[in-house]
Amino acid sequence: MWEAIRRWFDPAERGSVGETPDYRFSLANERTFLAWLRTGLALVGGGLAAAQFLPPLPMSHLREVIAVALLLLGAAVAIRAVDHWARTERAIRLGQELPASRFPAILALAVGVGALLLVGAVLLRAVGGR
Amino acid sequence: MSTGRDPGLQPERTRLAWRRTLLTVTVVTVLAVRLASTGDPTGALIAGGTVVVWGALLVLCWPRGTGTGPARTGGRTLPLVTAGTVVLALLGVLLVLRGLG
Repeated sequence: MWEAIRRWFDPAERGSVGETPDYRFSLANERTFLAWLRTGLALVGGGLAAAQFLPPLPMSHLREVIAVALLLLGAAVAIRAVDHWARTERAIRLGQELPASRFPAILALAVGVGALLLVGAVLLRAVGGR
Repeated sequence: MSTGRDPGLQPERTRLAWRRTLLTVTVVTVLAVRLASTGDPTGALIAGGTVVVWGALLVLCWPRGTGTGPARTGGRTLPLVTAGTVVLALLGVLLVLRGLG
């Protein structure tokens, strides 16, 4: 794991494998990384917003649990983004298949399940709150 | 046509992607500072840390993607920006946990 982290920070080693591709491929890879990073930042922002804008919830500390979960998910998305960027860059240089990933599907499921839970909570409140 | 400029405007698109990312970082920073502003020293410290990370990312990311020729790619900027994002998230966790104490 530390080896992988060291590699992210070592452009010389990254440049030593394979051939330098058309710079536009590298730029496209960089933009994909940035799109993922913004996804991570949006989750971090969502966590910070949840912590200060959600009203007190019926379950104690539920608001804090939601906020911390979103913040940690955002950090995980950012770390995965740089890892995927480095592996894609390497694959492009070596002319290999781009790395496959289950992460987008997992994240989409997590967001979908979270949204459904919130819909359930809102409906429950609307029915039970009267 | 002789300028060798990429007709797909990839360097320009990449520059805008970096600017969008900085804008998102700014929004996150504003939210964190708002959450931290309760008048106590811990909050001020965390707010200060957030602003420092924001400034570092601004300085780091602003030059990226400038110019229209074969642009600089890679380098250490991407992992460093990731590190900045992780630090922002962890400062956010500290802020939330502080509210519990």
